Amino acid sequence: MSAPRSAAGRLLANRAFLVTCLLATNVAMLVLAVLLISIFWQGWDTLSWKFITSFASRKPSEAGILAPLMGSVWVCSICGLVALPLGVGTAVFLEEFARKSRFTRIVQTNIMNLAGVPSIVYGILGLTAFARMFGALGTNVDEAITLGNEESLLFLRLPFGSSVLAGGLTLMLVILPVVIISTQEALRAVPGSLRSGAFALGATRWQTVWGITLPAAIPGIMTGAILSMSRAIGESAPLLVLGGLLLVFNTPENLMSDFAILPLQIYNWAGRPQDDFHAIAASAIIVQLAVLLLFNGVAVFIRQKLQKPLQ
Amino acid sequence: MQTESTSSTPPSAHGHHVKPPAVQPAHAGHGDAHAAGTETAITVRAFSSWYGSFQALKGLELDIPARQVTAFIGPSGCGKSTFLRWINRMNDTIPSARAEGTLNLHGEDLLEKTLDVVDLRRRVGMVFQKPNPFPKSIYDNVAFGPRLHKTYSRAELDELVEQSLRSASIWNEVKDRLHSSALGLSGGQQQRLCIARAIAVGPEMLLMDEPCSALDPKSTLAIEELIEGLADRYTIVIVTHNMQQAARVSDQTAFFFEGRLIEAGNTETIFTKPKNKQTEDYVTGRFG
Repeated sequence: MSAPRSAAGRLLANRAFLVTCLLATNVAMLVLAVLLISIFWQGWDTLSWKFITSFASRKPSEAGILAPLMGSVWVCSICGLVALPLGVGTAVFLEEFARKSRFTRIVQTNIMNLAGVPSIVYGILGLTAFARMFGALGTNVDEAITLGNEESLLFLRLPFGSSVLAGGLTLMLVILPVVIISTQEALRAVPGSLRSGAFALGATRWQTVWGITLPAAIPGIMTGAILSMSRAIGESAPLLVLGGLLLVFNTPENLMSDFAILPLQIYNWAGRPQDDFHAIAASAIIVQLAVLLLFNGVAVFIRQKLQKPLQ
Repeated sequence: MQTESTSSTPPSAHGHHVKPPAVQPAHAGHGDAHAAGTETAITVRAFSSWYGSFQALKGLELDIPARQVTAFIGPSGCGKSTFLRWINRMNDTIPSARAEGTLNLHGEDLLEKTLDVVDLRRRVGMVFQKPNPFPKSIYDNVAFGPRLHKTYSRAELDELVEQSLRSASIWNEVKDRLHSSALGLSGGQQQRLCIARAIAVGPEMLLMDEPCSALDPKSTLAIEELIEGLADRYTIVIVTHNMQQAARVSDQTAFFFEGRLIEAGNTETIFTKPKNKQTEDYVTGRFG
């Protein structure tokens, strides 16, 4: 029954497993490398400062991505600035304050479900709720409320229309469940003994959260934020519903400006028959990757800054 | 064999054969002349507590003298930690926990719903079984508590941190690296840091829940010496599984078994001439 297992056999199995894991890693690396090389091969030559600082054009040699680049930056910044506090706040409430009850279980289940909803659904929600405000406040061309001068930075109008604010808020809806769930995971990973330690010193729940739990959870929270921001930058479907393929010839000036975004611009160019457009589509992808790296770099920087006392 | 059914005994009915073993602190433990004399810090009468429908403590009667070391001994699950956690109301974090009876600190009802637990925990510090320093610098660990309760100037805080670390006899080991992470300290150092952290908020009482069970013998000795040194300033209650430790550090000892307080009194008496058979069996190592 229990024959001794030969050492050679076990070593062989060990080696076979190692090779399998290495192979899996290499396949992933290979796909990524092929993708990057082909993109850079196609798009490097047409990538220039002029390409980044020009507006759209019918001639591929003169076309640039300034409008979609700035549009993406505006929309994603708004999205991140709104989603992070809302998401972290919700997660802190659910993990640290709320007693486990039927209500919190329902909320929890719904957040899980929302994370799996196709983003186009959020696009429709954003169109109804933010861009049109259920039609209750006039139409896009005849707004019920306007605040401030159309040229000023603080210009606001209701409804928001197909503006960067509506776009940012719509993307916020898309990533909010992910931010909440990843923050909850990060908070759960903080040992309960730290909370007890703070409570035992007479800390209130708020002081415990702010002084101990959140700082200890920051690395996990920022990792979640990075992942969800990456998703926001690449997301195109919900904004397609919101604004369609806009040809925009200016960069956003305030929250009510029209906008284009990089993924939709790439889609537009890549779908054309001419090879020249495919080349600038690849250039735009390189720019998009750079923007992604920039956002993630900022998040990593914040994470390092906040983690300093640990070291 | 004293296992009565744990069923719904009304907590106030303490008529069953639990002796009311009020500690008589008049003749102080090891002959130390405690200035405190007979002052009582904690008064417990007909105290019972439950987790949901499980009754963890049954009709406790106990006096804990001020500025002495009182040890709680007993086998695992006998309720001694549960009782400890009522004294600073840490059980509030467990939704199903509730208690009835009398639990007073200098006459103040600790079970009062409206009691300011934040202030109570400032006055009654706690040290846990496993050292739990915050992932912050050594300085910030000690300064965390004081900063919760009021605003200090830099100089005041420096002074307070140094004093607290000195009181916990760890100052000499950490004074050159106050601003490096507390997680870099050894287990025994971490536990003394946690004691310093508890002292820093100016408590009158320290609760220690098996403070040495995760430490090596040398660190244990350091903590025990520290406890003896702190006993003339603080009322200390220590839960321990180690009977030698109870015998070494405490003035008073209380023996818990299955949610009841079987016997309490002068440590020497409990270990040499216990009145109760169960106590004798336990302290002589025949069970538990």
